[in-house]
Amino acid sequence: MKKGRFGDFGGQYVPELLMPPLWELERACASILPSPAFQRELADLLRNFAGRPTPLTRCDALSRELGFSLWLKREDLLHTGAHKMNNTLGQALLARHMGKKKLIAETGAGQHGVATAAAAAKLGMDCTIYMGSVDVERQAPNVARMKLLGARLVPVESGTRTLKDAINETLRAWITEQADTHYCFGTAAGPHPFPTLVRDLQAVIGKETRAQTLEQIGRLPDAVLACVGGGSNAIGIFHPFAADPDAAGVRLIGLEAGGTGEPGCYNSAPLNLGRPGVLHGQFSMLLQNADGQVEPSHSVSAGLDYPGVGPEHAWLRQSGRAEYHIVADASALAAFETLSRREGIIPALESSHALAFALDNPAAFAKDSHVVVNLSGRGDKDLGIAFQHLALFQGEAACAP
Amino acid sequence: MRPLSLQQRIEQAVHEGRTALIPFITAGFPEPERFAGIMRELDASGADIIEIGVPFSDPVADGPVVEEASRTALAAGVSLDWTLEQLAGLRSELAAGLVLMGYYNPFLQYGLERLAQDAARAGVQGFIVPDLPLDEDGPLRAALAPHKLDLIALVGPNTGDERMRAYAAAASGYVYVVSVMGTTGVRRDLPMDAAQTVRRAQAIFHIPVALGFGIHSPEQIRDMPSPPQAVVFGSALLRHLAAGNTAKEFMAPWTSEQNL
Repeated sequence: MKKGRFGDFGGQYVPELLMPPLWELERACASILPSPAFQRELADLLRNFAGRPTPLTRCDALSRELGFSLWLKREDLLHTGAHKMNNTLGQALLARHMGKKKLIAETGAGQHGVATAAAAAKLGMDCTIYMGSVDVERQAPNVARMKLLGARLVPVESGTRTLKDAINETLRAWITEQADTHYCFGTAAGPHPFPTLVRDLQAVIGKETRAQTLEQIGRLPDAVLACVGGGSNAIGIFHPFAADPDAAGVRLIGLEAGGTGEPGCYNSAPLNLGRPGVLHGQFSMLLQNADGQVEPSHSVSAGLDYPGVGPEHAWLRQSGRAEYHIVADASALAAFETLSRREGIIPALESSHALAFALDNPAAFAKDSHVVVNLSGRGDKDLGIAFQHLALFQGEAACAP
Repeated sequence: MRPLSLQQRIEQAVHEGRTALIPFITAGFPEPERFAGIMRELDASGADIIEIGVPFSDPVADGPVVEEASRTALAAGVSLDWTLEQLAGLRSELAAGLVLMGYYNPFLQYGLERLAQDAARAGVQGFIVPDLPLDEDGPLRAALAPHKLDLIALVGPNTGDERMRAYAAAASGYVYVVSVMGTTGVRRDLPMDAAQTVRRAQAIFHIPVALGFGIHSPEQIRDMPSPPQAVVFGSALLRHLAAGNTAKEFMAPWTSEQNL
């Protein structure tokens, strides 16, 4: 396969001024990243700072009902509350080895911003986070956490003033600040080498899951489910299975956010509802109009609210190795509530999309099979929006005959 | 008579002892109804080449002025189809060369071969695609070649000599030198290394050099030891137009400067 490509997808569609820092990063990925010294340092940080390995938990109550074993990979227990930390610790450490003093990053819901700020604080680096002004307003607790961790927050006022525009602004900042600054990209998307770098840093999720299923079940799982926004938690848990011929029988299922699910409404499901196109340095599936203008996305979960998706998912879908379905806001909210009440775990609304597919489609899985859902984050951050919506649903239910 | 090529247009200006002028205007900004009038004015006021910006929702190489112009134009319904139609209607009236500047996705969705054909028919002579570096430009280059359309290379202060040589091997028309490590937008002063980047590009490319990003007045290039053969101004012109002024007024200091 061509460098930086997954089938036809991927590439480096960036201004010429960004090519030198991307080459510099490519070289670091080839020389520093695989070195035993770097890997030891990263493993230590992941274990003793971030809390790896995360457990694989069986949902006993729900499994009885569903007729198959439902397992959760507990990235919600990772430091700062989501899988994002696997990536930011790796990139921050790599940047420091490259001699960079500063990190810049985009954030949507704020989880990647918080994880970058925490990694920067831990490693003694300067940190600036770009965040759409709409998101700054609706994600106040994460804004406070970033500030407490010492990050400088830059509200982005251009475009839709959300994640997509925060990425534009961080790319612009990187053009100017590339000499001493690393762009800590938040998901397995963007120009090469980010999709590969972020995947490799997140693959720890899948490697652990594989080993844990062998140990706890005695064999590989039958299916692995993950939500897909940009797609980093999904590619992280999929990759060790997708790359392994012995795991060819493991179904890989990605779940995109369908928004309200009403026809004609905005969604965040480019793999299912978009067309191939170029945004943020990559050729991948994209929500766009007939003229090639990027469409706004929507999801109740801010972390999935993105019109594009990582190129490796576009390829896994095209090759048929993974399947991708759509889950609407209401199903995710119901799963959020179900897991909280039945299993004592409050999932992130993002991860609730993956969970919802398992809960809503028990017939999709054979009796007594083993299904792993990547619980990519915890739901504390979503309490405000969830209660708002769940109260609404209860109101509607009360009015029904 | 065949129209002059983009390269010939700049060389002619140089031959006449002046810097070639390349204004940039976002298609349909500030209002679509003014587009034809602005194009005629720029043409009549001494533009050698006019760069027409095709608006895009996510212009990562642009600063706030061009981004806002892009957004205004999109909100007014401006599209690539509309832009090509307008240009096709205007081409017989304009003396200046025409270059389309736009991000890759709208071009890609239009269809690259259809784009080349329709652009050539509309009198367009070249393309600038700021998010399409050398490594990714094969498909567009192949589509443009049969129609003799130039794909203008963009290089900057951090483009090394070796990389410039790689661009030069396939370059035609002119080479666009980005003056700053940044996005488009008006800057009072150009950085010290802008003159050096121009000189490096002049030594490596066999075609004329145009300097852009941050250009607003003739003084900015007057003292360069080896000035560029052409200058591009965009944000300063858009700001001038947005304030209700005419394109002709904006062009005046550039043309009068040259007559001194």
